[in-house]
Amino acid sequence: MAELNDPSEIPTVKVMHPAREMLGMFFQNYNAVFGLILLVVILLFTFVGPYLHTVDPFEMVWAPFTRPGEEGYLFGTDYLGRDILSAMMAGGQISMAIGLAAAVISLVIGVTVGAFAGYYGGWIEEALMRFTEFFQVLPTLLFSMVIVALFGASLLTVTFAIGVVSWTAVARVTRSEFLRIREMEYVAAARSGSATDRYLIFRVILPNALPPIIVQANLMVGSAILFEAALSFLGLSDPNVMSWGQIIGSNREYILDAGYAVAIPGIAIFLTVLAISLIGDGLNDALNPKLRQR
Amino acid sequence: MSGVTGDNALNVENLKVHFGGGTSLFGAKPVVHAVDGVSFSVPAGKTFGIVGESGSGKTTTALAIMRLVHVTAGRVMLGDTVISELQGEDLRVARRHFQIVFQDPYSSLDPRKRAGEIVREPLDLMQIGTLDERDAKVAKLFEQVGLRPEQRALFPHQFSGGQRQRLGLARALSTEPSLIVCDEPVSALDVAIQAQILNLMTRLQRDLRLTYLFISHDLGVVQHICDEIAVMYLGQIVEQADRVTLFKNPQHPYTKALLAAVPTVHGNKRDRRNRVRVKGDPPSPINLPKGCRFASRCPVVEARCHETLPSLKEHSAGHKVACLLNENPDYQLSDN
Amino acid sequence: MTHPLLSIEDIIVDFETRAGKARVLDDVSLEVNSGEILGIVGESGCGKSMTALSIMGLVPDPPGKVTSGSIKLDGRELVGLDHESLRQIRGKDIGMIFQEPMTSLNPVFTVGEQIAESIRLHEKASTKAAMARAVEMLRSVEIPEPEMRAKAYPHQLSGGMRQRVMIAIALACRPRVLIADEPTTALDATVQAQIFDLLQDLQSEMGTAIILITHDMGAIAELADTVAVMYAGCVVEKGKVETVLSAPEHPYTKGLITCVPHLLPDPPKVRESLQEISGVVPALTDLGKGCAFAPRCSEKIDRCEAAKPELRTSIDAHLTACWVAEKETGV
Ligand SMILES: Nc1ncnc2c1ncn2[C@@H]1O[C@H](COP(=O)(O)OP(=O)(O)OP(=O)(O)O)[C@@H](O)[C@H]1O
Ligand SMILES: Nc1ncnc2c1ncn2[C@@H]1O[C@H](COP(=O)(O)OP(=O)(O)OP(=O)(O)O)[C@@H](O)[C@H]1O
Ligand code: SF4
Ligand SMILES: [Mg+2]
Ligand SMILES: [Mg+2]
Repeated sequence: MAELNDPSEIPTVKVMHPAREMLGMFFQNYNAVFGLILLVVILLFTFVGPYLHTVDPFEMVWAPFTRPGEEGYLFGTDYLGRDILSAMMAGGQISMAIGLAAAVISLVIGVTVGAFAGYYGGWIEEALMRFTEFFQVLPTLLFSMVIVALFGASLLTVTFAIGVVSWTAVARVTRSEFLRIREMEYVAAARSGSATDRYLIFRVILPNALPPIIVQANLMVGSAILFEAALSFLGLSDPNVMSWGQIIGSNREYILDAGYAVAIPGIAIFLTVLAISLIGDGLNDALNPKLRQR
Repeated sequence: MSGVTGDNALNVENLKVHFGGGTSLFGAKPVVHAVDGVSFSVPAGKTFGIVGESGSGKTTTALAIMRLVHVTAGRVMLGDTVISELQGEDLRVARRHFQIVFQDPYSSLDPRKRAGEIVREPLDLMQIGTLDERDAKVAKLFEQVGLRPEQRALFPHQFSGGQRQRLGLARALSTEPSLIVCDEPVSALDVAIQAQILNLMTRLQRDLRLTYLFISHDLGVVQHICDEIAVMYLGQIVEQADRVTLFKNPQHPYTKALLAAVPTVHGNKRDRRNRVRVKGDPPSPINLPKGCRFASRCPVVEARCHETLPSLKEHSAGHKVACLLNENPDYQLSDN
Repeated sequence: MTHPLLSIEDIIVDFETRAGKARVLDDVSLEVNSGEILGIVGESGCGKSMTALSIMGLVPDPPGKVTSGSIKLDGRELVGLDHESLRQIRGKDIGMIFQEPMTSLNPVFTVGEQIAESIRLHEKASTKAAMARAVEMLRSVEIPEPEMRAKAYPHQLSGGMRQRVMIAIALACRPRVLIADEPTTALDATVQAQIFDLLQDLQSEMGTAIILITHDMGAIAELADTVAVMYAGCVVEKGKVETVLSAPEHPYTKGLITCVPHLLPDPPKVRESLQEISGVVPALTDLGKGCAFAPRCSEKIDRCEAAKPELRTSIDAHLTACWVAEKETGV
């Protein structure tokens, strides 16, 4: 390219590093910052808490049905007289790990399937969507029970089972976004600028398809936590680990006598889901140039 | 590399693009004859215009030449390269020689990329020049299309419609193509901005010796900017001539009706009353009639028009018309 | 002297926006008589549609507000009327056709039902009688086979036919004023000509007063009797079409006429470049105290940026708001 200008004459353009700019935008959003703080508090509680409050969550420590605050037990005890505070801490680690891991698994599968179906169309789309529908019509709980029954009730299989049954919604959202954005002229423009399929999928269409996918991923974390609760209620989760779901499940029969034992993990799940969805919304806004610059 | 050599003229031969067809659960899907046997050639450095009703296949022709829709039949050549037959990597590499500018300045730019990135994208994808050279090239392109190089850092929504169309031009120019296909590049712009873009395009063509394929439904614009013009109706060219002849001596009844339909500042209420009108709407490109496609609306239709599909025939040197009545040189449409 | 059928006097419309208060219409005055077509031209965003909406009493409030001014239909004040009276006037006395024929029709009702519905909103008529009237209306806007088309849904009609249906709805109660806001921008030239013919017939046969909003100077020349050129919320020039088009006084009007490549029956061999109006329309939130057109104007003088010119008559009810034009005509 002989006729290119001398690089030294280019007027410099002040552009912040995209990541820095995005973070700046994120931290200007009060809701998002609140969500982040909330999440950090929950993480500290579950991961640092056990070092400060060293009571075995499986051990009977006091009389059953001790109300929260009584006898020095902040969250009280459950029907077996186990300390709910340490159960909440230990259970939080597992619930959050399962929630996030299952969400990541379903995002990876869902986005891949949806993106390929939406981008390529034709028989590829037909095949992938039939595949998706197959998973969608399976009764999810039953199917995950089968997986757990086959591979044993370990943490890994439970997480995997939840991920595998919940990716279909992500796939459908991704596909419909891809179908819509594929027709936009800027995609045709990139194509005539010699873009490869990979570039079009990951650098052009996916960034524009993100908002509804992020919303879907938010929902996923919450539903994965609840799903694990359902599995452990049925006794299908790993019996050797505590989780928020397990606390709800095991105390459910005594809900009238010890409502707090169900309410406390319930509130924790709610707060976690809230924190994650506030963060997700903040991310979405921070990623959107229209909202970024005014 | 499949470089484009020769005089870089565009040659389109018997281009056909049909959509649909095949069968589905509910029987055969209808075939849309969007482009149905279109041929023309454009000498290097000239502007060829296509006008016609909505749905006549203008955009589809453009997209087929750009290899952005499937070409059902026919050949498209740019210089010595048969671009309609390129595949895979060869096609991707050859794309630098032909670029497109779209109608909608809002949906044709990726909202999540900065203006600079958008213009630079083709250079990055084709690995043209070093990183610094690319930056310099982008800055120069911004100046060429009348934008300030500082504006590279902005996002598309921070530009006005006219500025966005300048960005679209800069992107198309970045790979130094010989052919630029412009699909209604000024239709979405205000008249004052339209003039700015048209003048810019004329200047760029002169400076860079570009070949333009210019699509529009605005006859005034086409008359202003094109050297030769084809009028399309339902997937076919019905008349083709140089810009002076087409407007001075139109032959096809559709062309005449189209010219009569455009209100001009030189006209007035009384003139308007004496114009010939065509009735109705164009038929659908799915169930095409057997004879002339304009027959259902033609003011001078004859019985034979419904039977035979006229082909594009030379009327006089360089002036082609597809009308059965065209064979009679004395034929005139009343009044106008 | 008789008063005009519809007169707008010194209408001011303000919008609260994030960037501050925007004066979307600034002292707009217009009038139109029975059997007359008034054309309004100008670039996008100059307030053409807002003028129409303020006549219909449809300015979105909030964020918009008719701050002052008066709109009189046959002597009756419309500004400040209550909702019910305005609703009665809309459709019955003033009809309106919108720019986009597809989104203005309800997709789940047949076009016949929609026309009948608008008749029954204003008149006591049985469902059957209203339907018969609807078919008549479709016939009068030259839709072929009106009995059959009345049973069609909007998506089953072409763009041209949908716009005819819109006109039929607007005319169902024989309003005295019809506002057509860019009625043909989505249509082909040949179909546009048919719609324009229809408007002209209405005007001459039924004596309807028509306000035609467009950005096409050609349409103004061939259809309108009077014209108002708008820029940034103001009327900058108005008068009889022949005078304004043949002897435009405002630099913006001159620019609008010369920047468009006009279709010529005998185009010159050599192409000339087009006259440009440089720059873009300013944001309504930060207009200076001078003439809004001054930053783009090629004829401006010192005074233009200091004070805002007002509409002044030169000859024969031809008004222009421009300091230079004022100086030249010596009024
Ligand atoms: N992807 C597609 N699938 C099926 N039919 C299509 C497709 N694209 C275009 N068509 C049809 O092909 C015909 C030609 O369309 P095209 O967009 O080329 O028209 P055009 O002349 O550009 O019209 P306009 O002036 O409205 O842009 C139309 O009838 C259209 O409905
Ligand atoms: N809801 C709103 N809030 C703020 N400003 C508005 C709103 N609606 C319209 N405006 C402003 O009012 C001005 C006049 O708009 P209007 O729709 O009347 O323009 P127009 O002349 O009809 O343009 P066009 O040719 O694009 O239809 C514009 O500058 C617009 O930005
Ligand atoms: S007043 Fe001045 S700036 Fe405004 S249009 Fe007239 S000459 Fe131009
Ligand atoms: Mg098109
Ligand atoms: Mg408008």
